[in-house]
Amino acid sequence: MATLELKGISKDLGGKRVVDDLNLHVRSGELVCLLGASGCGKTTTLRMIGGFTTPDAGSILLDDVEINTLPPERRPTAMVFQQYALWPHMTVFQNIAFGLQLRKLPQAEVRERVERILALVQLGDYARAYTPQLSGGQQQRVALARALVLEPKLLLLDEPLSNLDAKLRIQVREDIREIQRRVGITTVFVTHDQDEASAIADRVGVMKDGRLEQFDTPAKIYREPATLSVASFVGAMNLLRGRVSERGVIVDGVEVPCAQVSARPEGEVDIAVRLEDVDLSGAGGPHAQVTQAVPRGHFQEIHMRAPWGEIRAFAGNDVVISPEPSIAFRRALLYRDGHLLDDARDRLSANLA
Amino acid sequence: MSTIDVTEQTRVPAELRPGAAREKWTASRVARLAGMTVMLLALGIFIVGPLVTLFLYAFSGKWFFPALLPEVWSLSWWHEILLNGEIGHSIVLSFIFAPVVTVISAIICLPAAYAFARYEFPGRRAFLISLFATNAFPKMGLYITMAGLLYAFGLMDTFWGVVLVQLLNTIVIMTWIPTAAFASVPRQLEDAARDVGAGPWMTFWRVTFPLALPGILVALILAFLASLDEAQGTFLVGTPNYVTMPVQMYTLVTNYPQQAAAVFSIVLSIPSFVLLLLVRRYILGGSLAAGFRLH
Repeated sequence: MATLELKGISKDLGGKRVVDDLNLHVRSGELVCLLGASGCGKTTTLRMIGGFTTPDAGSILLDDVEINTLPPERRPTAMVFQQYALWPHMTVFQNIAFGLQLRKLPQAEVRERVERILALVQLGDYARAYTPQLSGGQQQRVALARALVLEPKLLLLDEPLSNLDAKLRIQVREDIREIQRRVGITTVFVTHDQDEASAIADRVGVMKDGRLEQFDTPAKIYREPATLSVASFVGAMNLLRGRVSERGVIVDGVEVPCAQVSARPEGEVDIAVRLEDVDLSGAGGPHAQVTQAVPRGHFQEIHMRAPWGEIRAFAGNDVVISPEPSIAFRRALLYRDGHLLDDARDRLSANLA
Repeated sequence: MSTIDVTEQTRVPAELRPGAAREKWTASRVARLAGMTVMLLALGIFIVGPLVTLFLYAFSGKWFFPALLPEVWSLSWWHEILLNGEIGHSIVLSFIFAPVVTVISAIICLPAAYAFARYEFPGRRAFLISLFATNAFPKMGLYITMAGLLYAFGLMDTFWGVVLVQLLNTIVIMTWIPTAAFASVPRQLEDAARDVGAGPWMTFWRVTFPLALPGILVALILAFLASLDEAQGTFLVGTPNYVTMPVQMYTLVTNYPQQAAAVFSIVLSIPSFVLLLLVRRYILGGSLAAGFRLH
């Protein structure tokens, strides 16, 4: 399989810098997700890797070979498009066989490879159906089969699950992950759904305004978001403003006990606290009034009004919350100018310097 | 069981009240139905009447007013028309011009249509609209001006002169409708073809063209019919040596009895009728309307 490297990739579209000096390295066999809101540049980046758009600056290297100048038909990449882009005037078999036939492979080999890939995506009985007759999930699998049958070095997926309903989405993403693992192909997957990214990616690249904010494992991104925008995009977060104190943090003049802070800087900082890190079990903190308890399935989301404003917390379904609980934080992440202040990391790099 | 309140009953709609079987034949309802029937009959007679008369004339030997049906039935006029050298020649000529004009406009306009559909270039919209300019003016005025140019180039009363005049009509059809047909093919389908290894030409041939084909066929048929039915321009440029069926119609109507014109009308209408039946499926499907939207 192949390694992918993006070096200093930039692209302007309609006068706007859509991708800004992007650097990315994907290891062989890895499933990497590009995650971000609409308009952050992730799809443009994917299209540049696929060859459908040319970067204004920078280079794209596949196995250390620059492929910038190659048109899509000559790149060893294969893309699964957001709306599947299956050809409606061809059957499932013909859709998948098309690429192989273009390479002038013998008919017997074409038939054998198509049938093998159909078995892999579990659509063996549908070879003669016309693609518009299939359901969304089935079309998705045909699109995947069409990409994989060519044995590309790199698989690209453009929001492949956004057209499916919730239950199907979970099922199909597991299928994609399983197939990717089995075939071992290096994959780049674009999505705006952070749940999806966390569930299947080896590493996630969070993008905003054309820049890569953080590129790390899903767990790391969740636990230590490098910037304020990553922190608020991934998972639910309380965003406050205040200062650090001896026992915790001071928000709007009110001190909230906090067991762990990421750093101890002077002055005003942005404070981010995960909803599950808000402790309502009563430990000498300021009181807040519960305004709403929203059931969320196997847990509940508690909305409260604190002295400084709104605050939310997660709690188990069996937990009884008093109407005016006392608030404490288990863990707070501090940010200045959008960047994470991390004493542990700074100490470590200082030691290494 | 409580007693039924009489006042309650009056609020129940007429149809649901016990005992009400179906809607009453009120005076206003009868009047409405009568009025509609009369109108439909009148419309029917107005539209179908002349067609029926046409058919009766075509198969009649002798038919004079005030008789309701021909006194003598005959196929003699069919012999006259189809076996007459001059008239037969005009039929042949029409069926030579139509395919030639259609093919030439296809060759010129289809690549242009693809460009209009897929590429953004300065003046694109202006150019597309300007094609319609020929329809904005009274045709005769346009043809007379064109005749001046054709005289200068010595193209009057020539085969290619007539072709040029007929192209005026077909170019709009062969550009606008195929443009919409090409534009309706999602770009992602073309991208996907490129992605699996098809070059630009292969992509066009195996993906874009087959999917745009229904719209292109509609355009081809309409262009064929437009050329077949073109009268004024051909009359101006083609006489006396290149007389097509519609032009021939003028002489027939003035110099021959009604029966001849009736037969000729039917012969002229047959290709239109047959082709429109074929195209009916696509016209109803909206390809035609879609063709005239500005993209």
